[in-house]
Amino acid sequence: MSSYSEYETGEPVVDTKAPKGPVNERWDIRRFEAKLVNPANRRKHTIIVVGTGLAGGSAGATLAEQGYHVVQFCFQDSPRRAHSVAAQGGINAAKNYRNDGDSIHRLFYDTVKGGDFRARESNVHRLAQISVEIIDQCVAQGVPFAREYGGLLDNRSFGGVQVSRTFYARGQTGQQLLLGAYQALSRQVAAGNIELHPRTEMLDLIVVDGRARGIVARDLVTGKIDTYFADAVVLASGGYGNVFYLSTNAMNSNATAIWRAHRKGAYFANPCFTQIHPTCIPRTGDHQSKLTLMSESLRNDGRIWVPKAKGDDRPPNQIPEDERDYYLERIYPSFGNLVPRDIASRAAKNVCDEGRGVGPGGQGVYLDFAEAIERMGRKAVEAKYGNLFDMYQRITDEDPYEVPMRIYPAVHYTMGGLWVDYDLGTTIPGLFAIGEANFSDHGANRLGASALMQGLADGYFVLPSTINDYLARSPHHDEVSEDHPAVAEAVRETQDRLARLLAVDGDRTPDSFHREIGELMWEFCGMARTEEGLHKALERIPEIREEFWRRIKVPGTGEEFNQSLEKANRVIDYLELAELMCLDALHRAESCGGHFREESQTPDGEAARKDDEFSYAAAWEFTGTGEAPVLHKEDLVFEYVHPTQRSYA
Amino acid sequence: MTRTIWDSSVGKKTVMAVSGLIMLLYLVVHMLGNLKIFFGSGEFNHYAHWLRTIGEPFLHYEWALWIIRVVLLAAVVAHATSAYQLSRRDIKARPSKYVHKRPRASYATRTMRWGGIILGLFIVWHILDLTTGTVHPGFESGRPYQNVVDTFSTWYGNVIYIVAMLALGLHTRHGFWSAAQTLGVGSRTRDRILKTIANVLALVLTVGFISVPVGVMTGLVS
Amino acid sequence: MKLTLRVWRQKNADADGAMSTYEVDGISSDMSFLEMLDTLNEELILKGEDPVAFDHDCREGICGACSLVINGDAHGPERTTTCQLHMRSFKDGDTIDIEPWRASAFPVVKDLVVDRSAFDRIIQAGGYITAPTGTAPEAHATPVPKPDADFAFEHAECIGCGACVAACPNGAAMLFTSAKINHLNVLPQGAPERESRVLDMVAQMDDEGFGGCTLTGECATACPKGIPLMSITNMNKEWLRATRKAGKR
Repeated sequence: MSSYSEYETGEPVVDTKAPKGPVNERWDIRRFEAKLVNPANRRKHTIIVVGTGLAGGSAGATLAEQGYHVVQFCFQDSPRRAHSVAAQGGINAAKNYRNDGDSIHRLFYDTVKGGDFRARESNVHRLAQISVEIIDQCVAQGVPFAREYGGLLDNRSFGGVQVSRTFYARGQTGQQLLLGAYQALSRQVAAGNIELHPRTEMLDLIVVDGRARGIVARDLVTGKIDTYFADAVVLASGGYGNVFYLSTNAMNSNATAIWRAHRKGAYFANPCFTQIHPTCIPRTGDHQSKLTLMSESLRNDGRIWVPKAKGDDRPPNQIPEDERDYYLERIYPSFGNLVPRDIASRAAKNVCDEGRGVGPGGQGVYLDFAEAIERMGRKAVEAKYGNLFDMYQRITDEDPYEVPMRIYPAVHYTMGGLWVDYDLGTTIPGLFAIGEANFSDHGANRLGASALMQGLADGYFVLPSTINDYLARSPHHDEVSEDHPAVAEAVRETQDRLARLLAVDGDRTPDSFHREIGELMWEFCGMARTEEGLHKALERIPEIREEFWRRIKVPGTGEEFNQSLEKANRVIDYLELAELMCLDALHRAESCGGHFREESQTPDGEAARKDDEFSYAAAWEFTGTGEAPVLHKEDLVFEYVHPTQRSYA
Repeated sequence: MTRTIWDSSVGKKTVMAVSGLIMLLYLVVHMLGNLKIFFGSGEFNHYAHWLRTIGEPFLHYEWALWIIRVVLLAAVVAHATSAYQLSRRDIKARPSKYVHKRPRASYATRTMRWGGIILGLFIVWHILDLTTGTVHPGFESGRPYQNVVDTFSTWYGNVIYIVAMLALGLHTRHGFWSAAQTLGVGSRTRDRILKTIANVLALVLTVGFISVPVGVMTGLVS
Repeated sequence: MKLTLRVWRQKNADADGAMSTYEVDGISSDMSFLEMLDTLNEELILKGEDPVAFDHDCREGICGACSLVINGDAHGPERTTTCQLHMRSFKDGDTIDIEPWRASAFPVVKDLVVDRSAFDRIIQAGGYITAPTGTAPEAHATPVPKPDADFAFEHAECIGCGACVAACPNGAAMLFTSAKINHLNVLPQGAPERESRVLDMVAQMDDEGFGGCTLTGECATACPKGIPLMSITNMNKEWLRATRKAGKR
């Protein structure tokens, strides 16, 4: 069905919620203008939150503290296991504790520039403002950030910036922040303000009279499909990087919640903006089930290099200094090893494509700590990065204190997601998307240590302010009942989908399809994309989809704990989402951030943005499986940070 | 939700620790007293008589001894009851075993329960043997030296006693260190010294107590 | 490598379980243990058999989902999580026994999957600092001495996997509970709830049916994050302190 790429352009999409006025006053203005819900009435409002990561956990806790009745879901056995737990490096905040010239405005500027001018100024500025409060909040909750001997908080630098504004807890910052949110959530569960449903997965959204009013979810232990109703639904279900099969996402992270919402009318923005993280452990073989990140913080002290000569297969320690190419330091002298992720990843790909890659298959570059160990001593390196070095050694069986690490880029984060306005509301009234599930703040490339910042900003501060406005302005809703046609339809569709999966009884496993679509996406919609390749992918995806429904094999029944069924159901959605990603990548005939179109580059191989044509967010409207979606453009206006060609040289 | 000490598993462990330490203190004194046997019957019997006169004239004859006996009895009962209840709890918490067995934990830890039962039985026998003389043919009240020599002149007396004292050593070794942890006095810096004290205490008590039957057997005491 | 696996199979919480034997071939030493199980499951699915259910998610040793007892050891022979265990720790021809966490407070859900919600309830009983959003003072208002911050971090590293309970011959959750208490109680921010936290969490731990501590040290040996046994000592100290203080009130 090649007609899929013959999309139409619809009405532009407009963010009606962002107030006018100076950028640094907009959040205050919005908070003042937003209507409030009387504290006594909050108990009467039920809010569903899907996901318990940094965004969902912090949102659930805060909404419950405000007095709302929160019903919260996670597919994990405990909210503490949401994949935010795996973030290593840190969280940015414009505290300027280092007195190194940092400020809210600089964080705002760095983030807009780092995102390659494809994010909304209003949102990013708000994020920078709130960053400061996040650190206060987390410290008050007992998050054990790294401290200096004087007892004050320590900072380190991250890619794409020249100040030290990253707060961290060794290599486990995500874990510590998540536990803080989880503990706040637990307090509200104990207080009876949150009804928690672990091991329960959202399988569809319930939209009644044009408003999001609930979800259809499956109890993963008993297999029972249930409906849950609310006055508003918040999706905090994370990103969709697992469409690539191999990524740094958790095995069970999936796109079902947001994709089902998209199918029900929520626009999906910038799906092709995926972040390829430069420092992951290279894959070892076909058995590989996931990739493991090595924190970007390692680039503070590690130096990245490959041999100058092609096919130089001497062990790294035998390659003399003058035969090594520290290519990031060479090409980008002022940022060196700390260039943004998209640039570091692409540079690694380039040297590997030139045949200078190292390790099995030539798919790797060295990240060398020899100089750092000499300069700081092994002990200091151990204190800073010990757990990462241990992890590397466990996976690769190589000692990074003795031989340089081998790293290679891998899919890590998705900047795209459900389109949201300044209030984080999607195009379905009453449906909100927060954290990685939305598209808002990172533009075409996310800076390191900004995901944690955004997740917590959305969950602790933004959504709890803006959702009040929605609830206060909407007329008091009628109760939704099980037998409402829209509800019955959603339940029936879900049941049919699962029944169909079980009925095919073919000869291929869910994983084999996942792997196939993942490899296709990595080849044609990965680090570098071409028109030809994207067309190929768009041709192939419907074929895979067709084959899926012919050959899928799911053992067991739907009325039991059935991990194969869970997996197969998620793959259905990847097979549709992948198509939209390719279409978005095809239509955006420019290079920007994580999206690199080979047709659009400068003579020296850098990404060439086309601001006059593509300075917009692409929000796609679903029209049917395999049917061409409708493109709605949200024009991006830059009043404060004027788009320039990014330069980190 | 504040509960009494007895309602909490940590509280019961505290009871075990405190009662255990009381008994341990008593045993150290007891063991040192026993060594008097090597100075002959006169000195040993005199010491045994003195035990009954402690605190006189403030206290009546044997009052001090009875106070000690009451405290010890309370300690034994508290120790055994909490041990029994905690063990029940532990077994209930882990009803099914792993199919794949492997050696677990140190010998001392594994023998805490059996060691405790052995020691409990021993205490009963020991009192019936040398305090009341109930199970001791030819027991003569007021002649402790002779009674001790009698007991250790039988093979079963020696076997029971030596087995019990070895159990005591192991029990003390883990128990003392364990009590320190339960009472929260352990720390990383103190761990070595606590383990050393536990080992020394265990060794001294075992050697000290066993020296008596060995003395009798070798004819050093007769 | 070719391996013989003996795996605990149990249909659901109410069913009886038993060990089943499987052969797997073509295992690479670079595979992780869970990738080896993936291989087995792919084969089982194609044969129309029920694949082995096991919990796993991040596969980088931090989420705490994976939970296998391998040859009698929680998380297997290396001091790490199951997902970070690699097949190079085994030899061609080995027979490997794989069982679920066993404790009455962790009932089996299916095969190797257990219900660890008791841990969540222990945290709900007091494993938090009451700091509602928006109430926080400036982060630098209260400096925390570095040794205290490091102590807090060391205990905060717990991933809630439950290996301590699985390894403990008494099915005790002392190490898990103590890790959270020590993390929060040492911080100045945690001081106002210092006593109620330890009393409530220990009470909840008892109510969940976990066993008591006999200081065998098995928990700390199994802990993939190296939470020290001394954590329990410190919790006992906190508990006694809180009990004394509660008595005075």
